[in-house]
Amino acid sequence: MKQFFVFIKKEFRHIFRDTWTVIILLVLPILMLVLFGYALSTDVKNTEIAVIDPSRDAATEKIISLLDLSDYFNVSLTVESPDQIEDVFRGDNPGLILVFSENFYEEIMHTGEASIQLIADGTDPNTAVTIYNYATAIIMSYQQELLRVQSFPYEINITPRYLYNPEMKSSYNFVPGVMGMIIMLVCAMMTSISIAREKETGTMEIILVSPMKPIVIILSKVVPYFFLSCVNLATILLLAVFLLDVPIAGSLFTLVILSFIYIFVSLAIGLLISSIANSQIVALLISGMALMMPVMYLSGMMFPVENMPLPLQFASHILPAKWYIAAAKKVMIKGLGFSSIVKEMLVLSIMAVVLISVSLKKFKTRLE
Amino acid sequence: MSNTVIHAENISRKYGAVQALSEVSFDVTKGEVFGLIGPDGAGKTTLFRILTTLLLADSGSASVEGFDVRNQYKEIRRRVGYMPGRFSLYQDLSVEENLDFFATVFNTTIKENYHLVKDIYVQLEPFKKRKAGALSGGMKQKLALCCALIHKPGVLFLDEPTTGVDPVSRKEFWEMLGNLKRGGISILVSTPYMDEAEKCDTIALIQKGSFLKIDSPENIVNDFGHSLWEVSGKNMFALLKDLRSFPGIRSCFPFGDTHHVTFSDESISSDKLKKFLELKGHEDTFLRRGKAGIEDCFMNLSHEDDIL
Repeated sequence: MKQFFVFIKKEFRHIFRDTWTVIILLVLPILMLVLFGYALSTDVKNTEIAVIDPSRDAATEKIISLLDLSDYFNVSLTVESPDQIEDVFRGDNPGLILVFSENFYEEIMHTGEASIQLIADGTDPNTAVTIYNYATAIIMSYQQELLRVQSFPYEINITPRYLYNPEMKSSYNFVPGVMGMIIMLVCAMMTSISIAREKETGTMEIILVSPMKPIVIILSKVVPYFFLSCVNLATILLLAVFLLDVPIAGSLFTLVILSFIYIFVSLAIGLLISSIANSQIVALLISGMALMMPVMYLSGMMFPVENMPLPLQFASHILPAKWYIAAAKKVMIKGLGFSSIVKEMLVLSIMAVVLISVSLKKFKTRLE
Repeated sequence: MSNTVIHAENISRKYGAVQALSEVSFDVTKGEVFGLIGPDGAGKTTLFRILTTLLLADSGSASVEGFDVRNQYKEIRRRVGYMPGRFSLYQDLSVEENLDFFATVFNTTIKENYHLVKDIYVQLEPFKKRKAGALSGGMKQKLALCCALIHKPGVLFLDEPTTGVDPVSRKEFWEMLGNLKRGGISILVSTPYMDEAEKCDTIALIQKGSFLKIDSPENIVNDFGHSLWEVSGKNMFALLKDLRSFPGIRSCFPFGDTHHVTFSDESISSDKLKKFLELKGHEDTFLRRGKAGIEDCFMNLSHEDDIL
């Protein structure tokens, strides 16, 4: 038992005496969360709009002021003729150009039909679509206002409501994703690197030729990173709630239990990598290429799994992070209870049991 | 046989296509310093790893303190001290922290066994707060030896402990080994330095995975069996070439500032050689009888087939 504690103490010394390790372990998670929460947000706000308005009547002015008043747009430019559109995009580069038809108000009143053209910069399709949707929604609201004035006999009201995330904040999506990524990074990468370092510097040789049982060696390598993952989990959740205003809608207890299982899975993966890798750089490459990249791209954090081609969807299903992120979203954002994440819990638990037993079995009591 | 601490029988080990060890057998008796002498790549480290239970031999058997390296490795790991070839301590831990860590890992405390490492540790004491990575080569080796000794092992395995260490520290290190030996610890040590061989009780000359000879350093030197001549001159390189072309020469190797020469026919006189060399244009050659050292024996044994 004393061996165990001394070993853990030593492990913490390694961690805290290396500036870069400390940065990766404790600062990077905060940085990532803040980055994803603010800078890398996919929300579109304050988009510049240019307007081509040959009518200049009550209707067009109303629409323009509605757009300008919203959080999403700033009407900053008036363009005289449609010929200048190209130039405008090259020069001021607005997010959207609004082109009203001539005699807009009169057309609506008399023929009941007037048109607006929305021209967006298609080089970034996601943003273009988002801007388009926002603008359409605002124009539609004006139309409804008109209808009410005219007391039109029939009316279909479309009221969109985004459940669980009424403001459509991207941080609701990113917080569980960042949690999944950070835990994998801390547990799998750092554990495998720290074991590989002992192999690389030869200290593993001495420790193996000692009365320490392999299971004690493994446990004392794993416990510090388990502890640090818990610290990270707490930091991320606190930041999420108090800084990014992402609530924990469901039970915190369920979320913690879920995270613990995921931490076990990640630690086991780290052990498994270290049994293959004999040097730190190999451990780093394997955990970087084989873990971080798929977690980022395939776990559903950035791109929806449903849109992926089948082979990638399959790959996504064997990623522990995918199950964790899905379950964490259910608990954190949707506020669902334990019963709704049974499937994810089960998958993660089976992964944990299998990976831990394989990695214990693969841990070598000799050099080869 | 109870006096045998290490027993190895026909140990062979391959790495892929390379035969690292072939049919190696030897015994180390209690309280003896047994030296493995051979160049890099001779198979010394492989042998250490097999005996310290870190590697399995392909064939053959070995035991340490009566325990089989294959099946009873846990017992062996409790009883031996091992110092791997490169510096294998934690560079980011201080001297004191390293020693404390290894003491605890081996189920003991610095206090309990301080007397074992005292002689060595007093030299490290002034630097005990310093990180191990910032120590000099000699100091590192002393610390590593302390860490290998702290749990009172019956057998010490030291793999090239003096490689990369300055001559003064090397000398000190061997003095320490002498003290440990007097304390009853058996030591298996390897070195590429031939001059260190004389400090062992028994040495095994190892080359390309095979033992050339196992005996005490004195016996090995006495068994050299040829008279040895030291030859020096102005142009040493040309001299070596011409010496090798001398009829009746048996062996000729460069050794520092002289060439060591043996003749296949002991009756050949030095005058004859001198004349031969003069004809080849070497003036002022200097010849004298020398005493064979371990290195001569090693060269002699390892070049048995192609002696020149």
